[in-house]
Amino acid sequence: MPIATDFEYHKPKDLPEAVSLLARYQGRAQLLAGGTDLIVWLKEGMKAPQALIDVKGVPELWHLDVKDDSLAIGARVTFTELIESDLVKSRFPVLWEASRTVASCGVRNRATLAGNLCSAVPSLDGAPALLVHEACVRTRGPVEEREIPMSEWFTGPKRTALLPDELVTAVELPLPKKKTAGCYVKLGRYRGEDLAQVGLAVLAEEGNVWKLAFCAVGPIAQRAEKIEALLNGKRLSEALIAKAKALVAQSISPITDIRASSEYRLHMAQVMLERGLKTAAARLAGKGPAYGASIL
Amino acid sequence: MTKTSIQLKLNGMQRRVDVEPNDVLIDVLRDKLGVKSPKVGCDRGDCGTCTVFLNGRTVRSCLVLAIEADGCEIVTLEGISKDGPTKLQKSFVDHSSFQCGFCAPGMVLAATELLQNNPHPQREEIQEAIAGNLCRCTGYSPIIEAIEDACKK
Ligand SMILES: Cc1cc2nc3c(=O)[nH]c(=O)nc-3n(C[C@@H](O)[C@@H](O)[C@H](O)COP(=O)(O)OP(=O)(O)OC[C@H]3O[C@@H](n4cnc5c(N)ncnc54)[C@H](O)[C@@H]3O)c2cc1C
Ligand code: FES
Ligand code: FES
Repeated sequence: MPIATDFEYHKPKDLPEAVSLLARYQGRAQLLAGGTDLIVWLKEGMKAPQALIDVKGVPELWHLDVKDDSLAIGARVTFTELIESDLVKSRFPVLWEASRTVASCGVRNRATLAGNLCSAVPSLDGAPALLVHEACVRTRGPVEEREIPMSEWFTGPKRTALLPDELVTAVELPLPKKKTAGCYVKLGRYRGEDLAQVGLAVLAEEGNVWKLAFCAVGPIAQRAEKIEALLNGKRLSEALIAKAKALVAQSISPITDIRASSEYRLHMAQVMLERGLKTAAARLAGKGPAYGASIL
Repeated sequence: MTKTSIQLKLNGMQRRVDVEPNDVLIDVLRDKLGVKSPKVGCDRGDCGTCTVFLNGRTVRSCLVLAIEADGCEIVTLEGISKDGPTKLQKSFVDHSSFQCGFCAPGMVLAATELLQNNPHPQREEIQEAIAGNLCRCTGYSPIIEAIEDACKK
């Protein structure tokens, strides 16, 4: 199917050029990374930009490395590159596990984590792992660079704190100071490529500290702070897990849509919480299933 | 819109073609460059029938602009079987893996990419590699078995 709207195409060679192009179009240009969301929107007529600014030629966005106690993931890094990175697998296995649940190999070969965050659909698999790791999004505009904590990134479904003249340069995850383990649990309609009906990231830190974040069960991906407050400082037990499950209904607001009813989502979020907590605890103790193995 | 001349290496040959910024790669490959193995199924990334190799990785050519491929290398099914069917393709034939065959070009490329990176995949890894390639005829078993078999030979 052809794309009905006309637009100009630019492929800036460096970051300053990309930033000045963005400023020149004053909100009427769209950045293009992997295109796995944007090209679909263009075909469906949901976006009609005057210009596309392809960020794939900007070398400042290519890095995937540790600096200043953080893992910095450049905006051009694809999910395939995250999955193939030993650094990501060894230091941030929850993000690694989540990346493997995104779409299919052929989509992941193009789709970027930054693009996932900018699309900001409620079901995005990239967000929960970043929320539990308290990552931040680095942006660059014509006058300043900003560092936006993940907790302030999503402002609504498909809406973010990014300004029209800014682009995302990187996502940064602080290296955990203590021993941690966790999991990303994704429920889909079938095994294989599907968007999440419920997604949950769990991060367990030595000393009974818990971080939890859901996606696809509310307008934005979010931490489950009430459940975290209940769990923190206590030893995991069946009784504690039962109490945590009872708090799920207060922590999420699932809707009924083509992929699942709200009742099913709520029920499964509780099942996933129990299995997620147990899996994270087991992995922290050096046991449990290998990362990547399904627990649903 | 203004036409731009792009250059790409398509199945080993340097090709030049005029495109508009909103031309999609699959349409340019099929309609302007005469490569017919990639097919339009869903046209939105879900089905994998439009799969091609772009700089060594499989991509959904329905979600790539032709202009993005300027200076890139593209390999389609025509390109991987230039010297006759590959071992993998022969295995698909031996297993009668396909019925209508619409999914076959994409499936062959997805499996080719898998075996390039991982010559001896587990069954789950094969399922994962072709999870984005939909087949409406076969139920997948003969496809998975053919890939398993190709690694043994
Ligand atoms: C078949 C299919 C299945 C999918 N399945 C899943 C799934 O299971 N889970 C999931 O989470 N997602 C899924 N997705 C969506 C996922 O592929 C995208 O969200 C992807 O991660 C977006 O990244 P991209 O590089 O393709 O972005 P693009 O499509 O290029 O861009 C997306 C948006 O982000 C903006 N943008 C891109 N880069 C920047 C930047 N550096 N700064 C500012 N703005 C930027 C663009 O302007 C655009 O608005 C699926 C998509 C398809 C087609
Ligand atoms: S036609 Fe491209 S994925 Fe279906
Ligand atoms: S053989 Fe018909 S779609 Fe796969």
